[in-house]
Order: sequence, then structure tokens, then C-alpha cells
Amino acid sequence: MTARVALLLVSHSADLARGAAELAGQMAPDVLVRGVGGGPDGGLGTSLDAVQKELGEILATLAEGPVAAGEADGGVVVLGDLGSSVLTVEAALELDDELAEHVVLARAPFVEGAVAAAVTAHGGADLTAVLASANASAAMYQEPDEQGAAPSDAAAPGDESATSRTVTVRNPLGLHARPAALVSRKVAELGAAVTIDGVDASSVLQLMALGATQGRELRVEATGERAAEAVTTVVEMIDGGFGEV
Amino acid sequence: MALDAGWAERWVRRTADAVADAKDELTELDRQIGDGDHGENLHRGFQAVVARLDDAAAERGGDEADDERTVGDVLKLVATTLMSTVGGASGPLYGTAYLRASKVSGRAQIDPPAVVAVLEAALEGVSSRGKATVGEKTMVDAWQAAVDAAEAAAGDGGSEVDVLRAAAEAADTAATGTIPLVATKGRASYLGERSAGHEDPGARSTALVLGAAMAAALSGPTSGPTSGPTSGPADPRSAA
Repeated sequence: MTARVALLLVSHSADLARGAAELAGQMAPDVLVRGVGGGPDGGLGTSLDAVQKELGEILATLAEGPVAAGEADGGVVVLGDLGSSVLTVEAALELDDELAEHVVLARAPFVEGAVAAAVTAHGGADLTAVLASANASAAMYQEPDEQGAAPSDAAAPGDESATSRTVTVRNPLGLHARPAALVSRKVAELGAAVTIDGVDASSVLQLMALGATQGRELRVEATGERAAEAVTTVVEMIDGGFGEV
Repeated sequence: MALDAGWAERWVRRTADAVADAKDELTELDRQIGDGDHGENLHRGFQAVVARLDDAAAERGGDEADDERTVGDVLKLVATTLMSTVGGASGPLYGTAYLRASKVSGRAQIDPPAVVAVLEAALEGVSSRGKATVGEKTMVDAWQAAVDAAEAAAGDGGSEVDVLRAAAEAADTAATGTIPLVATKGRASYLGERSAGHEDPGARSTALVLGAAMAAALSGPTSGPTSGPTSGPADPRSAA
């Protein structure tokens, strides 16, 4: 099954684009993630022709898969790294109105935005949600008090519907990229507001930023109708060690 | 004398020559405050434009009476070719300038107010694509000065040549004027204060582009460098 939103990662460097696409793709196997980079002469730079070709191929693939299956609001979220890659994508969209209807350019850190967008897209999110997820990834570098309403408000102590449990990280590498992606995808699927140690558990980047290594005790909290089920599910995932113990 | 597609083509060919001559100078300027590829990238782009103009001229069989192109047609070809071949930031920036300019020049001939409109559209393209404004040590500094001078010249009832001369001279002065500035946009901004004391390569190349526009208007249609094949009706494509 292919998710309805695909990603195109545009870099000055072909190697960087390929590497970022590999990283994001590994964390979201159902999402079509492509990378393109390098100038028309093969050196560092960006090629309009190559960007247009990739976008055309991705849209054709989506048209055969999710769109043919009746899924609407899909498309391509593009991330660029610096200067000319961003400008080239904007130029491609200005040249082709049809492209601009299905393709949006994120304003996000290249790697973090790609990972966040890929994981969100994996859950079947629409174009707007995947774009928002990429754009929100810049916030992981802000001080906690700059991040706006803390997600833990949703599960504040005293909230009648809040449920919480603690669980200990068992796998040696802890909540690294792959487990964080598994948890955040599951949380998005459950549709409950879940936090782990106060951070939004549907955000793969926030989970990774916890730096939760083996032996750390985590507090899993959730609110909403399916809170109890969500907490149990997440606790079992973490306790299960993600197939790494 | 109104300006037509022949002028636009001469403009572009003269730009290619000017960029070829200044390639090393532009690259040196860019090496000081950027990534050192401006001259080479722009040269490659304009050489590709010339090659496509040559192909189009050959297809017309050398008979310029068959030239039904508008000014905008020529500028659109420049836009798409630069975007596809330049590779660095100047590709989409110049590409967008020519693209926006082509949208306001879809006519056989343009008069002084229309020349101003072409320059305004180019400025708008560069500043919106690059999200830059005047004083940030970018090519916008040269484009804005050119537009202001062109508007004044057209307002005084100047000819096409007057308008383009005013634009070219203002762009040249503005390019020199970027030397003391501290860059706040583009790659040079990473250098902060250290960018002062160097001329912005994009502003310099803008001055070259507009200088070529004036020279093309002065040179007139008869001395066109392009003429395509001069002997016989043989299909020019067979020689490729």
C-alpha cells in the first residue's frame, strides 16, 4: 500500500538527497520518498529538469495507486536544503500550474522535516497535515517555553479522562529513530492524545529528542475516549523492546 | 524605433558575449563572498540559450521575415533555458526575471513604457523569488536602481534607447554601490561583516545584462549577429 502523500527531497548534493530519502523512507516504508540533487553538470547544484522529472514520476505513481483507489487530498511535499534547491522548486511550480495544485514546498530543516513528514504521511495523513508536520519540525530546536502550549496540558493531573502508566525502556539503544517512528505512527493511528514524559507521542522528532535510553522509566499518559487502550498499547510496545531484546 | 524580437535576441546574444568576457571576473567576485560558481554557471546558461536561439534561427531558414516571434517568446526561451542549465541560485533567479518579463512583453514590438514594464516585471521576479529587498547586497540592488532610472527616463519622454541607457548606467552604479554593503541575503550573508568591501557578483552580472540590452537597441536590426545559414535552402537540421 502506498500512502497518498509522497515526499521529494531536493538537495544541492545527490548524495545528501539520496541519504536523506533513505533515512526518511526507512522510518515510513509505505511512503514514496525520493531524493534528487546535483546540478545539470553533475556537480553541486540543482537541476530544474531533474526536479520536474521526479515530480512527474511521483505524481504518476500516486495516480496509479492511492488516487486510483479513491484517496483524495494527496500530493507531494517537497523539502529543499539551501538556496538554489528551494528556488528551483519554486520556479518549477511557477512554470506549471498543474504541478502547483498537487505539490507544496515545506519550510523545514531538511533531515528533521523529512523524517517528521514521512512518519506523518505513513499514517495516511493528507497533504495539509504532512506539510504541517514538516514545518513544525523546526520547533524541536526551540527552548521548551517557546514551543507554545505544552502537549502535557492535555493530560494534566486531575483530568478525569486522563490515564497514565509508567514503563521502563528495555531495548539497548532505547527510543532511537526506528522505535520512535513505530510509536508515533501507532499513536497517530489510535487517534488519542498521548504524551510520553510530557512530549507529544505522535511526533517522532519529540520522541527522539527525549533521548530515552535503556533503563529509563517513562510516563505514558493519554486523554480521550480511547485513552486507556492507547496507554496500554504504547506501554506494551515499549515494554516489548521493539524486537531488539 | 520600437523594440522587437530581433532586439530581444540581440540583447540575449550580447549578454552571452558579455558574460563570457566577464566569466572569470564574476567567478572571482563570487569566490570572495559566495561559492565561486556565478561566472561559470551563468556562462553555461547563456551559452545554452545561444545554442537554442541558433537552432530556432536555423529552423526559420535564415529568412528573418519569417520571424513571427514576440519579444516575450524570446524572453520565455531564455527563462526556461537558464532555469534548466545554470544549476546555482542565479538560474531560478534570472529565470524568474525573464519569465515574468516575458509575461508583459507578448507583443511584436514594445515602446518605452513597455520597456519599463519589462524591467519592473524582472525586478519583481528577482525580489519575490529571492525574498530580497534593496540594500541587502544582492542583484535586487541593481535591478531596483535600473527600474527607477528607466521610469524617470520614460517619464521624461525618452526613447527606448534612452530608457535602456538610463537603466544600464544606474545598474552599473548600483553594482559598484554594493561594495561597502554588508550582505543580509544569499550565500554572502553567511559572512556577515566580512562581506563588506566586495562587489556583489549578482549585481555586477545584472549590470552586464542591462548594458547588453542598451547595446542591442543601439546596434539596430541590420547588424544582427545571427543570420542563420546563408547558402541554399538545405535543411539545416541535416547538418547537425
